[in-house]
This record gives sequence, C-alpha cells and structure tokens, in this order.
Amino acid sequence: MTTPPTHSGRRLGRTTTRRAAEAVVRAIIYLCGWMAIIILAAIAVFLMWNSFRAVNEAGLFTMLSGTAWYPTSSPGKFGMLPLIVGSLYVTGVALVVCVPVGVAAAVFISEFSGRLVKEVMKSIIEFMAAVPSVVYGLIGVAVLIPFVKDAFSLMSGMTAVTGGIVLGIMSIPTVISISEDALHAVPEELRQGSAALGNTRWQTTFKVTLPAASSGIFAAVMLGLGRAIGETMAVLMLTGNAAVMPASVFESVRTMTGTIAAEMGEVVQGGLHYSVLFAVGLVLFTITFGINLVADLVLERQRKRWRR
Amino acid sequence: MSRSSRTRKARTAEATAKVVTGAIALSVVAVAIFVFVYIVYNGIGALDWTFFSEGPRDRGREGGILPIIVGTLYLIGATAGLTLPIGVLAGVYLAEYAPRNFTTRAIRLAITNMAGVPSIVYGLFGLAAFVLLAGFGRSIIAAALTLTCMTLPVVITATEEALRQIPQDLRQASLALGATRLRTIYKVVLPAAAPGIITGAILGLARAAGETAPILFTGAVFQMRRLPDGPSSQFMALPYHIYAQVTSVPGWNRELIWGTALVLVLGVSIVSVMAAWWRSVQRRKVKW
Repeated sequence: MTTPPTHSGRRLGRTTTRRAAEAVVRAIIYLCGWMAIIILAAIAVFLMWNSFRAVNEAGLFTMLSGTAWYPTSSPGKFGMLPLIVGSLYVTGVALVVCVPVGVAAAVFISEFSGRLVKEVMKSIIEFMAAVPSVVYGLIGVAVLIPFVKDAFSLMSGMTAVTGGIVLGIMSIPTVISISEDALHAVPEELRQGSAALGNTRWQTTFKVTLPAASSGIFAAVMLGLGRAIGETMAVLMLTGNAAVMPASVFESVRTMTGTIAAEMGEVVQGGLHYSVLFAVGLVLFTITFGINLVADLVLERQRKRWRR
Repeated sequence: MSRSSRTRKARTAEATAKVVTGAIALSVVAVAIFVFVYIVYNGIGALDWTFFSEGPRDRGREGGILPIIVGTLYLIGATAGLTLPIGVLAGVYLAEYAPRNFTTRAIRLAITNMAGVPSIVYGLFGLAAFVLLAGFGRSIIAAALTLTCMTLPVVITATEEALRQIPQDLRQASLALGATRLRTIYKVVLPAAAPGIITGAILGLARAAGETAPILFTGAVFQMRRLPDGPSSQFMALPYHIYAQVTSVPGWNRELIWGTALVLVLGVSIVSVMAAWWRSVQRRKVKW
C-alpha cells in the first residue's frame, strides 16, 4: 500500500489492523467449525494407530473369530468373540425392554395426552436421561442383582439379563424422545383425513400415524441400540464380567466396553494387550458409527419427506 | 348388526389402546420416581457437616467427600473453559458462515456422530492423545480435554439453534449501521442468543459431570491426600468414587456411597432444571 495522506492516516491504519484482526478471528471460527470433523477423524486415526500392533501380531481375523479371551496368559489369547457376543446379549435384552415401552409411551404422549401431561412427562424423561450411568449401576447393584437372583433362582444375580434391563431403562429416554419427535412431525392433515373417514383415534394412530412415522421410530430404535451397546459403567457393575462364551442370557457376560474399562488400568502401555484393547475400541467405534450413520440418514430422509 | 358390532369393536380397541399405552407411560414415570426416591431415601442420612467438610478415611469407608466434590468442580470448570469458546465459535460458523454444500453436511454428520461415540472410546482417545502423545499425563487437563470432546456436540448444537432463532432483521439493521459481519455477530447476535447458548452449555456440562468412563484412564484416582493444586494434578471425582468404592472396596459404606450418589444426582438435576427455567424466563421476556 502506498503511504496514505497524513490527515486520514490514522483512520486508514485502524481499518487495516481491524481488517487483520477480523481475518484472524474468521480463521479461528472456520477452524472451530471444522473441529467436529477433526476430532472424529482424530479418534479414528488414534484407534487405528494404536491397534496396529494387535492387528499385526494377533491378526484381525483371529481376534474377531477367536473364542478364548485370556489376555494375561503367555502367550495371551485375544479372541474377542465372547466380548462381542456378551455385548449383543446385553443389548438384545435392553432392546426388548426399551423398544416396546419407549414406543408405547411415545404414542401415549403424542396421541392420547393433553398438554399438561405432555410437559410433565417430558421433564421426567429429561430427569431420567440426566441420571449418570454409574448411579443406575449402583441402583442395579442394590435392587436388581438380588431380585434377578431370587426370581430366576440363580447362583449369582450378575447376569446379562441384569445388565440388559438396566441398560434398557437407561435407553428409554432416547427412544421416547426421538419417537415422539417422529410422531409429532407427521402432518395434522393426515390425522384429520383419517378421522374424517370415520376412524377412531387409535385406528388413525395404528393405520396412519405410526406407518407415516415408521422411519423416525426406526431411527429411535437404532439410536437406543447405539446407546446400549456403548454404555460402560452400568454393565461393568452388573454383568459379572466373566469373559467366556455365554450359553444363555442368564449367565455372566463381559461386554466390549466393560473389558476396556476393567483391563486398561492394568496393562503395560504400548504392549500387545494394550493394543488389543484399542482394537476392541475400534470394533466398538465402527459398530456405533455405522448405527449412528444409518439412523442419521433415515432421520434426514424423513425430515425431507415432511418438509413441504 | 355387523356394523354396530364393528363400531363396538373399534370403541373397545380405542379404550384398550389408551389404557395400555397410558399404563406403560405411567410405568416409565414410576421408574423415574422410584430412582429418585430410592436415591434420596438411602442417601439423605449421610448428608451432614462432616460429609461435606472432610476427606475420606479408611479407603472411603469413613469420613466425607470434600476432595471429591472439589475435584469434580475443578474438572467441570476446566471442561467449561475449553468447551465454551470452541463450541460457541463452531456454532457461529454453522449458523452464520457455513455454505450450503457437501462439507457443511459432512460437519453436521460428524457432530451427530460424535454424540453417539461410546464414552469409553473417548476415554481411549483421551489416553492415547492427551495423556500419552501430548504428554499431559493423568491429570485434570487431560480429563477435561477428553470431556470437552464429548460435550462439544451439545454446545455446538445449542449455539446453532439459539443463533438461528435470532431474526434476520437484527443482523440487517446492524449491518446497515455500518458494522462489519463479525462485529454484528459479536455485538448483536451473540448477546441476543446468550440464554439459549448458556443453557445448552450448562446441560451439556451437567451430563459431563456424571461421566465415569472417559475419566477412568485420563486422571481420576481412587484416593489422594491433598486437594488438586493445578491443571496437571490428578483428582478424585464423584462418579468415579462411586464406581471404585462399589467394585473394589470390600465392605463399602452403603450410607456414604448413597450420599455421594445423592449429591451427584441432585447437583446435576438442580443445575439442569435451573438452566432450563432461566431460558424459558428469558424467552418470555424477549419477543421478536
């Protein structure tokens, strides 16, 4: 820039500094905007980088298909199948609990209840979602473990069922709020059209509203599933953590999340066991990433469908 | 004949559906109330002066939880200091700058996906990235960075939503007065959106205060003699204390642990309720 005339020099100088400052701030804003992608990519990279040794030495396929998890024997055996099956058992029980209850409660809140009930239900659901998982675990230890032991006359109350029930209860808020959103998004005209044809409220709900909201409810189930599979503390405290292939849901299981949480404190950093635990994390990350991606795409399609 | 029976069937179905879904909704409420009452009933006895003013003794079987509360507060304070600037700026980017194209769609997808990443995976990431690679060691700062990654999606989404509710007229009026875009955001849009942003951030931080898995390997310890004295100090935290006591102290003191759970749940829910209430008051005060 050429030397500005003296009388306006100060002003121009100020504008330049301000411009420079603005450019810097704008750059920071752009960087923060990209932060989500940066962090997500960093998580993937760190998991892969740290599980490199495990894949190299133990073999990815051997780990995924092996049924023996003896990480501290020498040489260590790192078959993840018991952990994956354990996670699936617990998650299965959780889905049996949270899907029917969550969808039915969402139908009641959205279709059959007045405004006051709706408000009260919403704040109660928010409370349920805000209770930390370790507290759910504590309640499970105090209430559900003795209950399951007596009810099914088992040796120990620490089973996949115990963890699954608590996980199901923890996932209920997710399922309710997203199903309720999906039902709410169905245009009022559809309900009115159905009512004009002589259908009752329930017939309308069952034949018109629920099918119209089905993709959103599917997404709700997927997100509940994602939450259940990734939950750590409650299962760690409730499922007994025996890393063997379970024969039924009434046996003790060890989930992927529980394994990482329980064993990471005792491993040699950079060792094979350490690396294998990152590989477990990578499997977990891949599963939940896939589930969330599907749920997100379904929700997006539904949003487009009702936006006229 | 057949018509009236069909009507009757429909009426019965209607009544049944109402009762069944209502009963299920009621059972959800019952579970929530049970959770709350059970925690209060078991924990209320522990709350006295000693509980809040002393450290744990005999591996946590006796004494109070002062260092544990302080540790949690330090941790959440550090998390807030890191999450707020990044999250608010990211929300500003999405609401004010982001073009409608593929990359913006990818950013949104990344945000919703971050919210679904299991907390234990964040713990692994924090261990590898902040504790080991960045060299922070097991410390408040490493744990706070880990929790920041977890809380960011909440703050970003809340900020973007709050910014989108500010009417376009306000921005245009400010621009017409000669303010730059950045100055408009800083002086006009952000103050107007502050209640929504702050409430969202508080809700996210309250969740973070209850998380155990991300701090397991990034800095929480079972016991320490002194209070944490800086960002590179280790710390005790309420949720980790509950977990550690229940799983590794034989004969853990039931009353003290339920008291700890009560403090945690009350703290999280009172802060959340107050934040939500404040936002609704602010919303009623300002009409666009």
